[in-house]
Amino acid sequence: MKVAQICASVALAALACGFAAPAAQAADPIKIGVYLPLTGQNAFGGQLELEGVQLAQKAQPAVLGRPVELVVVDNKSDKVEAANAVTRLTERDKVAVIIGTYGSSLALAGGEVAERAGVPVIGTSCTNPLVTQGKKYYFRACFIDPYQGAAAATYAAQNLGFKKAAILMDVASDYSVGLCNFFKRSYTQLGGEVVADLKYSSGDQDFTAQLTEIISKKPDFVFMPAYFAEGAIIMKQARELGGEFVIMGADAMDNPDTLTIGGKAVEGFLHTTFPYDVTMPNMGAEAKAFTDAWRAAYPDKDPNVNSALGYNCYNIVLDAITRAGSDDPEAITKALAETRDLPTALGTLTINETHDAELPVGIIQYKDDKRVYLGEVTPAL
Amino acid sequence: MSLDLFLQHFLNALTLGSLYGLIAIGYTMVYGILRLINFAHGDILMLGAYFVFYGISTFLLPWPLAVVVAILGASLMGVLVDRIAYKPLRDAPRISALISAIAVSFFLESLGVVVFSGLPRPMHQPEWLVSIITVGGTRFMPLTLIVPAVTALLVLLLLWVVYHTRPGLAMRAISRDIETTRMLGVSVDKIIALTFGIGSALAAASGIMWALRYPQINPYMGVVPGFKAFIAAVFGGIGSIQGAVVGGLILGFIEIMTVAFLPPLSGYRDAFAFILLVVILLVKPTGLFGEKQEDKI
Repeated sequence: MKVAQICASVALAALACGFAAPAAQAADPIKIGVYLPLTGQNAFGGQLELEGVQLAQKAQPAVLGRPVELVVVDNKSDKVEAANAVTRLTERDKVAVIIGTYGSSLALAGGEVAERAGVPVIGTSCTNPLVTQGKKYYFRACFIDPYQGAAAATYAAQNLGFKKAAILMDVASDYSVGLCNFFKRSYTQLGGEVVADLKYSSGDQDFTAQLTEIISKKPDFVFMPAYFAEGAIIMKQARELGGEFVIMGADAMDNPDTLTIGGKAVEGFLHTTFPYDVTMPNMGAEAKAFTDAWRAAYPDKDPNVNSALGYNCYNIVLDAITRAGSDDPEAITKALAETRDLPTALGTLTINETHDAELPVGIIQYKDDKRVYLGEVTPAL
Repeated sequence: MSLDLFLQHFLNALTLGSLYGLIAIGYTMVYGILRLINFAHGDILMLGAYFVFYGISTFLLPWPLAVVVAILGASLMGVLVDRIAYKPLRDAPRISALISAIAVSFFLESLGVVVFSGLPRPMHQPEWLVSIITVGGTRFMPLTLIVPAVTALLVLLLLWVVYHTRPGLAMRAISRDIETTRMLGVSVDKIIALTFGIGSALAAASGIMWALRYPQINPYMGVVPGFKAFIAAVFGGIGSIQGAVVGGLILGFIEIMTVAFLPPLSGYRDAFAFILLVVILLVKPTGLFGEKQEDKI
C-alpha cells in the first residue's frame, strides 16, 4: 500500500514536471547530431572534422537564444554503423539537423535513413555525387568528385603539360571509383592518354604488382585518389620499385600526418583539396578567424582542411537555423537549400540546386619536407 | 612480358607469399594441436608490430633489442589470452572456443584503438634492410630476400621442435587425444601454454616482418593478412606446417601474377585467388598436405 502511494506521488511529481516544461522551453537546447568515423579505418579524418565542429560550437554556443547541444555518434568507418548512427540520432535523440560524414560510402548509408526520417544532413567531406543525388534532405559543405576529378585532370594536362597518365583505383571505395572515372573522362577530353588503369581494394597493403605494371608503361604521372592509410604506402612502394613519375592524389590525402608516415617518399606529391591551408598566401577573414581559434584551442598542432570543413558545417547549419527562425527540420532544410554567398573558412560558399557547395579547388604539393599551397584551379571542362 | 619485369613480379610474389606463409604457420600449429582456429592470431601480429614501434620510439631501445622484447611480449600476451579466454572452455564444445577466439580478436582490435589510437603510425625501418639493390632491370631490398629466408628458418625450427623434442612429442600426443595424454602424466596445460607462446612468437615475428615490408601500422593491420593467411593454412591442409608455407606461397603468387598477367582484371585479384582455392579444395577437401582425420568416438 505504502509502495503504491510512493509510486503515485512520484508519478504525480513527474507529471507536474512535464506540465512545467513548456515554460522552460526557451532555454531548451537545440540538438545538432554529428556522425563521423571516430574509430576504424577513417578515424583520423573523422576526428579532425569533429574537432572543427567542436571549435565552431565553442565560438558560437547558442542560436535563437537557445544553447546548442552536439550529440556525437561514432559511425566506426562502417556502412552499417553509419546507418545505425543516423537512426539513433533521428529516433532516440530527435536532433533538428545532422552534420556528417567523412567518406562517401558512409554518407550514402546514413543518407537513406535521414531521408526516411525527414531530418536534414550536411556532409563534411563526402564528395561522391550520389550522396545528394535525388535526396531532399542531404546537403554538403564540399565540392563533388566530378568537379575535383576534372580539376585534377586540368591541372595535370594544362598547368603541368603531362601527356601520359596511369590510374590506380580502389575498387572497394565509391570515392576512389568516382574520382578515377571523372578524372579519366576529363583527361582524355583534354587530349591526354591513359596508359595504365590498375585497381586494388581498400585494406590491401601490397601494391607491388600494380605498381610494377604501371612502371613498365612509363607514365608521366599516376593519379591515385586513395585514402590516406593506403596512399602513403603506395608512394613508398612506388619509389622502392623505382617509379620516377609524379604522383597525384585527391582531398583524402590532405592530412598533416602524410609527411610523418610517407617520409621521403612523398617528395613532389601533388593533390587537389579544398581551398584552405595554413600556409596559403592571402587568407580570407573567415579562414583567419578559424586559424586563430584553432591556434588558441590546439596550440601544438596545425589547423587542417578537414577541421575547416567541420567548422564550416557547423556555421552553415547555424546560419540556416537563424534564417529559418526555428529548429524545425523542414524549415532548416529549406533554409539550407537557400544558402547563398556565405562567407566561410573555405571562401564564399553557395549551395547549388544539387545540394553541393560551390568552391574553388586547391592544389597542394610536398616540397623539401614541407606542404606548399600552390594555388587554386578551376576545371576547364 | 620482359624477363626483368617477370623477375620483378616474381620477387614481389615471393616476399608476399613468404609473409602469408609465416603468418599461416602460427595458425596451423595451434589448430594442429588444439583443433582451435585462433582468430586472435592476426591481432597478436598487430601487437608485435606495435611493441617494436613503442620499444624504439618511447623506450629508445636499439632495433634488435626492441624486436626481441616485442616477440617475448607478444608470446606472453598469447599465453595470457589462452589462460583467460580458451582454458576455461577446454572441455566445452569446440564452437564455444571459436566464438571466444573471435571475441578476443575484436577485443584486441578495440583495445588497440583505445591505447594506440586509430591513427596509422610509421614503422622504423633499419637502413640496411631497405637500401635498394638493382640487378639488371630488377630492383629489390635485402628485406625482399630476408623475409623468405626467415620464413624458411622458422619453419625448420618449428618442425624440429614438434618432431624432435619432448614438448613436441607431448604436443603431437595432445593433438591425437588430449584425455589420454593427460592420463599418461603429461602436464597438458603447460604444453598448451607453450603452444600458444610459440604460436604468438611466430605471429609477432611475422607482424614485425610485415610492418618492415609495409611500414605503416594501425590497430586493424592484422585483420586482412590474418584472414588471407588463415585461408592459406586451410588450402595447404590445416595442421600441416609445410602445407601452410606452400599455401601461403601459392596464394602470394596467384595474387601478384593475376595482376601481372591480367592487368585489366586487377580489381578482381582476391576473387581470382579465392576461386582457385575453392576449386582446389573441391578436388582435395583436406588441403594440399592435409591428413584425413578419423572422427574420434
